[in-house]
Amino acid sequence: MKPALSVIFFTVLSGAGYGLWCLLGLALTAGIYPPAAGALVPLAFGFVLVTAGLLASTLHLGRPERAWRALTQWRSSWLSREGIAALITYLPMLAVAWCAYAGRENTTIRIAGALLALCALVTVWCTANIYRSLKTIRAWRARQVLPLYFMFALLSGGLWLWAWLSLTAGSAFGSGLPLALLALAVIAAIVKADYWKHVDTQPAGTTGHATGLEMLGRVRAFEGPVTEDSYLTREMAFVLARKHGARLRRLAIVLFTLVPALTIMVALGAGAVWLAPVAALAVIAGLFIERWLFFAEARHAVAAFFPQRQA
Amino acid sequence: MTSLPAPTKKKLGLVIDLDICVGCHACAVACKEWNDGGDFGPLADDDPYGAEPLGVWFNRVHTYEVQSTGANDAGGNAQLDLLHLDGASTAAPIPQMVHFPRSCLHCETPDCVTVCPTGASYKRAEDGIVLVDQDKCIGCQLCAWACPYGAREIALPHPQTSTSDAGRKDSKRGTMQKCTLCVDRIYNETLDERDRQPACVLACPTRARMFGDLGDPDSDVSKTVAARGGYALMPEFGYQPVNRYLPPRPRRDGSHAATAVATPAAETLETEKLPPLLRWLDKALSR
Repeated sequence: MKPALSVIFFTVLSGAGYGLWCLLGLALTAGIYPPAAGALVPLAFGFVLVTAGLLASTLHLGRPERAWRALTQWRSSWLSREGIAALITYLPMLAVAWCAYAGRENTTIRIAGALLALCALVTVWCTANIYRSLKTIRAWRARQVLPLYFMFALLSGGLWLWAWLSLTAGSAFGSGLPLALLALAVIAAIVKADYWKHVDTQPAGTTGHATGLEMLGRVRAFEGPVTEDSYLTREMAFVLARKHGARLRRLAIVLFTLVPALTIMVALGAGAVWLAPVAALAVIAGLFIERWLFFAEARHAVAAFFPQRQA
Repeated sequence: MTSLPAPTKKKLGLVIDLDICVGCHACAVACKEWNDGGDFGPLADDDPYGAEPLGVWFNRVHTYEVQSTGANDAGGNAQLDLLHLDGASTAAPIPQMVHFPRSCLHCETPDCVTVCPTGASYKRAEDGIVLVDQDKCIGCQLCAWACPYGAREIALPHPQTSTSDAGRKDSKRGTMQKCTLCVDRIYNETLDERDRQPACVLACPTRARMFGDLGDPDSDVSKTVAARGGYALMPEFGYQPVNRYLPPRPRRDGSHAATAVATPAAETLETEKLPPLLRWLDKALSR
């Protein structure tokens, strides 16, 4: 599949924003976020991430001015559900912001925080299902896809939360969050490696099967319908740069697991909490690569109709 | 509404005969021409007269080479035999060329309809035709991703050249387009009744394309499918395509491939040209 930058920005940035909101909401609900008024800045930063991602996603549309129509078909479409969930999530976000602003550190902010965490997770779940529900792209049907969307959202968002807490409260906040993020980074790398292994062993659809001509013998695409590219070959039969796949995978793991893991250990060990934003930035960069590969390496069933091209 | 209608009784679709399609692309061109000016047009092109034209076609003709591997074919070890220069007694199959028009199959339960977030993509309850409402489509392309048959192509979301169909008001569409089964022809009462068929069907010079109701077992198309073993493409997706493909018929020798080197015919002896002694010998031995 062609890795569209708009969709990569959308899934990475919005994912980080929702992960940030989710952990912030949980911390407020548990009453461990000190003091709640300080929640405004990370809440606003989450707003920037989520909104930037959602706006980026509209750039993928041929008719962005009609985007509101996408809110109508929630009965059948995951994209529609995702849009609705994304908009609904702004409501508990506003509630949390009002509580924090008005200094209401009571039951209200706990309920609002819980709703924010829930809505953020539901939105990420819908995003993952947009891709998971496509039967034509076998790689995205893998069981690792949904947990990875959750883990990457929580990891990338959580590191921004940790960065903010480290910069404002120093190491006073404790080591619970960074240690949890360290574990998450390692687990995410293991699951992602498992996904890559799974994808690599998936057989590509054959031309003979796609055309049904396999009953007659070995089938080879002799000529495509036109000599030039078409929408289909550009969008679905994307093979460019797959040859750099192995190197890009290693780079992604370094950025979304190794760098944050080392940063967390150094920050906790040496008290160098100012390192936290480095980890957050590295993970975002790593996820851009990871998401680029998610699309670029995924094979669409329709590619089997076309002459195979060299990568 | 992008939820699917209840199963439709009428299932309009195409039957494509791969045995007689000659790959002339007349169906694709006729389709492009009719739909360019029809209710769902224009099928805008980017850089139409330039080096890299890019545009929407509802129907595209592929060509495949089929190398027979069947057990009942002559020369099963074709690859090996070709390496033997003295292979006069063996037969190497010539690959069979199959021309393969590919368009929307108007599936009964397609995901291209249900993934649509806007309600632009829909399946008609009255005849099963799958259509895109050009006034509602936001061009998210999820329907094209959901289709394993490559039936949907987006129209110029980002034209690369300034000469894209110059002079046309609607040259930037940004919406998804697909085969309409010429819905603006088949019910068009201003056309002669025999012309109320999809443009591709009318254009085909070998009658390799048939149009009809595949939901009616007594229709001509259904009977042809039953008689010729018509098949659906990639049924494992569960989309239940309506269109059917008729497989190429076997060659006269029962194989699916012609033979490159004919088995040498029995040598003939022209006895009248023989010298008298040998002619007598031949006659004596032939008794």
